[in-house]
Amino acid sequence: MANIRRKPTITSYVPGTILFLFALISIIITIGIAVILIRESYLFFNDPEVDLWGFLTGKQWQPMINKFGILPLLNATFTTSIIAMMLGIPVGLCVAVYLSEYASDKTRAILKPVLEVLAGIPTIVYGYFALTFMTPMLRGIFGEGVVEIYNTASAGLVIGILVLPMIATMAEDAIGSVPKELRLAAYALGGTKLETTFKVIIPAALSGLSATFLLSLSRAIGETMIVALAAGAGPKLTANPFEAAETITGYIVRISGGDVSYNSVDYNSIFALGLVLFVITFTLNLVSRKISQKFHQEYD
Amino acid sequence: MNDTENSEKRAHRTVLELDDVNIYYGNFHAVKDISFPMYEHNVTAFIGPSGCGKSTVLRSLNRMNDMIPSSRIEGSVLFDGENLYGDQVDPVLVRRQIGMVFQKPNPFPKTIYENIAWGARINGYKGDYDELVEKSLTQAALWDEVKDKLKQNALRLSGGQQQRLCIARAVAISPQVILMDEPASALDPIATGRIEELILELKEHYSIIIVTHNMGQASRVSDYTAFFMVDSNRTGYLQEYAETEQLFLNPKHRKTEEYISGKFG
Amino acid sequence: MRKTTLFGSQTEIELAIKQRKQKGFVGQVIFIAATILAVLFLMLLLLSVLDSVFGYMVVRNEIEPSKFVPGTNFTQEFSREDLERVAEEHLSSGILRRVIHEKPISDRSDKDLIHIIDQYIIKPKVLRTWGLWDSVTKQEAIEAFVQENEGAQMVFRSWISPSFITSDQSADPLQAGIRTALLGSLWIILITFLVAFPIGVGAAIYLEEYAQDNRLNRILQLNIFNLSAVPSIIYGLLGLAVFVRAMEPITSGSMLLGFSDNTANGRTILSGGLTLALLVLPIIIINTQEALKAIPDSLRMSAFGVGATKWQTIWYHVLPASIDRILTGTILALSRALGETAPLVVIGASTFISVDPTGIFSKFTTLPIQIYQWSARPQGAYRNIAAAAIVSLLILLLVMNSAAIHMRNKITKKKRLL
Repeated sequence: MANIRRKPTITSYVPGTILFLFALISIIITIGIAVILIRESYLFFNDPEVDLWGFLTGKQWQPMINKFGILPLLNATFTTSIIAMMLGIPVGLCVAVYLSEYASDKTRAILKPVLEVLAGIPTIVYGYFALTFMTPMLRGIFGEGVVEIYNTASAGLVIGILVLPMIATMAEDAIGSVPKELRLAAYALGGTKLETTFKVIIPAALSGLSATFLLSLSRAIGETMIVALAAGAGPKLTANPFEAAETITGYIVRISGGDVSYNSVDYNSIFALGLVLFVITFTLNLVSRKISQKFHQEYD
Repeated sequence: MNDTENSEKRAHRTVLELDDVNIYYGNFHAVKDISFPMYEHNVTAFIGPSGCGKSTVLRSLNRMNDMIPSSRIEGSVLFDGENLYGDQVDPVLVRRQIGMVFQKPNPFPKTIYENIAWGARINGYKGDYDELVEKSLTQAALWDEVKDKLKQNALRLSGGQQQRLCIARAVAISPQVILMDEPASALDPIATGRIEELILELKEHYSIIIVTHNMGQASRVSDYTAFFMVDSNRTGYLQEYAETEQLFLNPKHRKTEEYISGKFG
Repeated sequence: MRKTTLFGSQTEIELAIKQRKQKGFVGQVIFIAATILAVLFLMLLLLSVLDSVFGYMVVRNEIEPSKFVPGTNFTQEFSREDLERVAEEHLSSGILRRVIHEKPISDRSDKDLIHIIDQYIIKPKVLRTWGLWDSVTKQEAIEAFVQENEGAQMVFRSWISPSFITSDQSADPLQAGIRTALLGSLWIILITFLVAFPIGVGAAIYLEEYAQDNRLNRILQLNIFNLSAVPSIIYGLLGLAVFVRAMEPITSGSMLLGFSDNTANGRTILSGGLTLALLVLPIIIINTQEALKAIPDSLRMSAFGVGATKWQTIWYHVLPASIDRILTGTILALSRALGETAPLVVIGASTFISVDPTGIFSKFTTLPIQIYQWSARPQGAYRNIAAAAIVSLLILLLVMNSAAIHMRNKITKKKRLL
């Protein structure tokens, strides 16, 4: 039995190093996104016809006459997302409460797959739905003179349906993470189910729920195809959700889908818009994650 | 440092030796100043109350403590005179010579045959695998029970059989030492008895170090016993080390005697 | 005995409890209603799509088939000899020459000849279409429309059909099919898989098995989570700038093939696949990490105990034990990629190509993009073929997801039985 225990091994470092490099690719992607967006935006802002202040505060986006104010696009994004949240959050929360507190196992066994299916449908199908069903329905309810063929309300409502499964699932997780003891204590004091849910459990799950809402808001803001099909194809600053207006994402997809030459102001503009979009969603995601981590620390 | 007794036992060389070993988990001082030898072809038992660090010391003997990121060791663990924690020592090679059987039987989710053959294969075994499997299973007193179902999944065996399979898996790569961490604590009394019988047979070929919380077991199977205690800082230390017969019949320290007579667990 | 305490009299307490219970009941009703609403949305979505897939259409032919073969209403009714005769005698000389050059008339299938005759001679034009529901309920209105339009006919059509799947793009909704788009989608998913799977699984193995809990690795983990929540259009912008523009010599194939004979520049399947690979990479990583986490540590310890290296432990034990969940998650990630539209539009899918993709350096369009283009057109018939394309996409996704679940069940069952 020889006592050979010494072996300077270099090859043993190979698998770990290669895999580390694979993992590093994810950082490279993020850096790539940041670099590309910043670089092209820099070119955009460098253009003599563009100024940062005008970009951030301008009320008109008309590249033809060199107006690059982001407010119309931002406003449309805002409108569709808020409408989406107005539909998605209440309904999603109620579904989550139902799933978590009331539903029998059999019901859950049906409902969860339904939510999964809804979540798996590509957004382009939702876009079709918005254009061919939601808009005619709105026009039927409110009148064709009131609701335009393209409008942000349709898109917003359908985005709400899109994020509904996500909200329901994540909210259910958050509610489910609240320890059973809390519920039992509330019941033991004679609380009804409703009171327990709203006065004890939801407040306890509040940070988890906040994380859910922020994440779904970020999702709604980043949504493209539904607004591309149903919201409108021209920037317009309006408070009326029944009018057509183009969102940031809708604009990006319209311009890049057409003929655009690489070194034009139009080309660079979509990256500047992309940068704004990235910053907004990244911030929401980051805050959401931080809240969520704190939440799980409390309860796990 | 040597504990030589004039006994009827043959004089055995020291196969493993702990020399002033201190182990830390982060800032926590797990065991302090451990020094004692373990002899070839003997069974050495580690006993002591829970939390005294006996499993920690056991794991240091085959570098399994490396798996715990915060663990740190001072002092030396000598194997055939070489420090296991010296420069350029490859833990993989250490574990080929110092094998381990765990508390809960954990055979691979593969066939019985493959459980035994795999360790040998990755270590470059060039002999006949069928022979190796039979030999290992025979040494583990399992061959007759499984010889006609070698291709069956190992997880379908009973707990006791799985543990013997783990022993067979360990001996298949011809280690010098086998470490056992409470190998029978998850088994029923009959299976436990068979494992104990097996240990007595195995010491013919291997050196066995066994951690056990069962003092009867320690007194039945071991030649030497190390009794660990824990101090007020929850740091473990070696209270007493002697030939088993000596330690159980005539312990030198009062704490040893109290533990053996069950005054604390 | 009536007791009055600080909580009110007995009757007051009972009344309060009754009200609270009523409120609870109302709450329960609301929750159930919300749930029903969610299910309703799903059904509405699917039904509205299906509604457009079948229905009546009113067509008018530029030249009636009966002019060539008396007594017929459709080209499909022509006999073989009729088909060949009509084609040879009535196609314009330029078109006839081209057709024969591609393949002689007598070699062509019946379906092929019908297609050609319809396209170049009969030229049916869709005047209006109706959905399934309307087709059933508004028959008189449809017939009235037929009367209003001279020479028009009413035909019940299923917009999804084998020929829909096998036909290529066409400006005429009657002729159009999803073949080119479907092939483009499949090619792109293949590239996505080949790139994202090894990198994703590898990165996950690193994070779960090798990485220590230090700052760099926590940043890596957080970064991956953030990437998974980035809007997909941003990946499109990234792909446009990097793969299409900066890496054009590689992605257009000109570096490998010398001067490429297509004008794809960088807007190729390769670019599309790479872009989507970046998109699904975080998902695959997260999913694989979960699968690896589920493997108990005792398996690893027992492998180390017989002197295995870390890589041997992973390759021979941990991966085989977790591969079912890894593959399932990967397929689900790929089905998500299959439905992605925005990133591929941004990197420049072709709006109209008639040539099937032949390799990774081809121009491309995908099924979701085809749906987008058809949905965006106001003419009625386009809505129908958009719906048919949607149904095709959903069926494809259903097949993929079922395959994933089926495979996972099969492997899990095998593990249990073995």
